[in-house]
Amino acid sequence: MSGVKEDTQIVAFCCQYCAYAAADLAGGLRLQYPPEVKIIQIPCTGKMDILYALQAFEEGADAVMVAGCLPGDCHFLEGNYNAIRRVERVKDLLRMIGLESQRIKMFHISSSMASQFVRAVEEMLDVVEQLGPNPLRANHPENPKEMISEETR
Amino acid sequence: MIIAEQKPFEEIKSLVGAAQKVLVVGCGTCVTVCFAGGSREAAILAASLRMASKLNGDPKEVSDVTVQRQCEWEYLDSIAEQVSAVDVVLSLGCGIGVQAIAEHFPKTWVVPGLNTAFLGLPAEQGVWVERCAACGDCILGLTAGVCPIARCSKSLLNGPCGGSQNGHCEVNPDIPCGWQLIYDRLKALGKLEMLYEIRPPKNWRTSRDGGPRKIVRPDLRLSEEE
Repeated sequence: MSGVKEDTQIVAFCCQYCAYAAADLAGGLRLQYPPEVKIIQIPCTGKMDILYALQAFEEGADAVMVAGCLPGDCHFLEGNYNAIRRVERVKDLLRMIGLESQRIKMFHISSSMASQFVRAVEEMLDVVEQLGPNPLRANHPENPKEMISEETR
Repeated sequence: MIIAEQKPFEEIKSLVGAAQKVLVVGCGTCVTVCFAGGSREAAILAASLRMASKLNGDPKEVSDVTVQRQCEWEYLDSIAEQVSAVDVVLSLGCGIGVQAIAEHFPKTWVVPGLNTAFLGLPAEQGVWVERCAACGDCILGLTAGVCPIARCSKSLLNGPCGGSQNGHCEVNPDIPCGWQLIYDRLKALGKLEMLYEIRPPKNWRTSRDGGPRKIVRPDLRLSEEE
């Protein structure tokens, strides 16, 4: 990952029933995954609002991954299907804005799929490596290492 | 309700032009329900404009606010301060909302972010269809509750025409023939004989043909003392 700058940030919106547990399991299994990922636990990917993703990009995230249950396995029946549609909508918005739509991707990871979670994070890191940093952050005169503003905290 | 859809982003950017401070004003009524101009759409558009302008090397200050109804003065009063602080207001209301803002804030430049499409309803999730043409002289009582003005492509009062094929309109096979719908419903309700009724030509003066329309209710007007 030599092309990835050390201040790279990937925001992962993870369903608490599956991908978040998979990330936890990856830790328990001592599987190493890139530290550039910042995991945000959400009760279901159906809670993933388009604005959450846009705000992440506006604040300088290089990539956003949304990780929900396997198709058909949503704890709330169809939250992950709603998330698929929203991720597609965000892709449209990113193209409209002038950012690469590949910067956001939906994943389906069950709670036992720790290695798949690691691979998903590595895949997004590869995307960032190919596309370069989020220009909204790169163009910033100070290029802040901390992407989340104090106000947002 | 009023159905609208957002203008293409490129058009919105050109309407905003060189203005530095932009206020996106959403509306909490019809356009919220049709997902075109509610608080979420206003926030998404504001964020999109901020990011696009920053990527373009000309970062703009774009904020957003949503009022319950842009078409009533009382609700617009609540955003007067924010409106006065910007170079342009980008209204996500219908055409009525845009004009209400222009009328209420004479010194403010206001541009539309939506194309107001029609009066209709959500037929299913994500699908809106036209149901009323606001002709000002409702004849739904004669047509089994199906409007031939809004739902017949030719607004015929004596349809169906020869272009009705297997219940569909010749204009587009996706459009059900309005008069076929009227016939089927009258038949189902045992009222087909209503079609024998001879109707005089429709008075179109109540529609747009009489110029801009206005309704005055003397019983609701305030007296001068009030």
